[in-house]
Amino acid sequence: MLSRLVLVSGSALKGSGPLGAGLVHASRSLHTSSQSLAPVPPLPEKGGKVRHGLFPEELFQLLYPKTGVTGPYMLGTGLLVYLLSKEIYVINHETIAAISIGSVIVYAVKKFGPSVAAFADKLNDDKVAKAQEVKDLAMTNLVQAIEDEKKEQWRTEGRSMLFDAKRNNVAMLLETNYRERLHTVTNEVKRRLDYQIALQNLHRQMEQEHMIRWVEKSVVGSITPQQEKESIAKCITDLKALAKATQAKAAV
Amino acid sequence: MADRPVPVVDKRLMDVKLGELGTWLGGRDFTPNGLISAVRRGHDRYYNKYINVKKGGIGGLAMLLAGYVVLSYVWEYDHIKHDRWRKYH
Repeated sequence: MLSRLVLVSGSALKGSGPLGAGLVHASRSLHTSSQSLAPVPPLPEKGGKVRHGLFPEELFQLLYPKTGVTGPYMLGTGLLVYLLSKEIYVINHETIAAISIGSVIVYAVKKFGPSVAAFADKLNDDKVAKAQEVKDLAMTNLVQAIEDEKKEQWRTEGRSMLFDAKRNNVAMLLETNYRERLHTVTNEVKRRLDYQIALQNLHRQMEQEHMIRWVEKSVVGSITPQQEKESIAKCITDLKALAKATQAKAAV
Repeated sequence: MADRPVPVVDKRLMDVKLGELGTWLGGRDFTPNGLISAVRRGHDRYYNKYINVKKGGIGGLAMLLAGYVVLSYVWEYDHIKHDRWRKYH
């Protein structure tokens, strides 16, 4: 916690003097807690290198500049000889047990190590493949969802055309309805007018017939019997004259 | 690459000069919380370096077991002393 304060105050300072006591190279990081990153960084491929399964490589790198390649081995030999000679490490029955167990373990690791490693790797790969599958499935689903969304957006663009068509439909319906009603009105008015005309005609006809009948009746009534006889006698004489004329024409 | 002045206590052990060792030790956090957090930090460093990797080797586990063997030998030394072959070395 203090170290974070140091970082904040340290970045404000500009140390221009030579490296003195209390200064540290900026390349070595201080005791700071690591920031959390997202996404999580992937696991490193291989662990820290270890020589002979027991000694970290850093020890060999540490001693290399001063003692070369054989340095750590000499250190090990010297240490072993010292421990044995001063009997800080005592040889007793446990040493024999340790040697036998150690050799068995070393043999087992050398023989079965790779196959066990391959098996564990396969397990890991299966897990990763499953997770990857889920991720891929989710990805395809999301991509599909994006496609569908784009399609929907494209569809809404055509909405205005749809509305135009609907508007046209409605206008046509209104027009049709209006014209139908116009027709109805015309027909009704015509019917009424025709009725009036027929009525007038009927009136006139009846008046005419009535008058004719009345005139006929009065004429027929005015013909007295005497006049009837006179007219019949006149008709007969006219007929006779006519007959004579025709006979004369026929003879000529 | 600026060289920032830093209090001694916060340096890593490898950066502490021999003369400052006393100050450094005196300034470290020895409260229970501090001890536990130190153990946790050490565990995390070892774990993330040797065990929490994709293809770990036998080294990660073997070093722990070897350390356990050595530590148990050290704790039993007073008892093993009696099996020594010579009295004077």
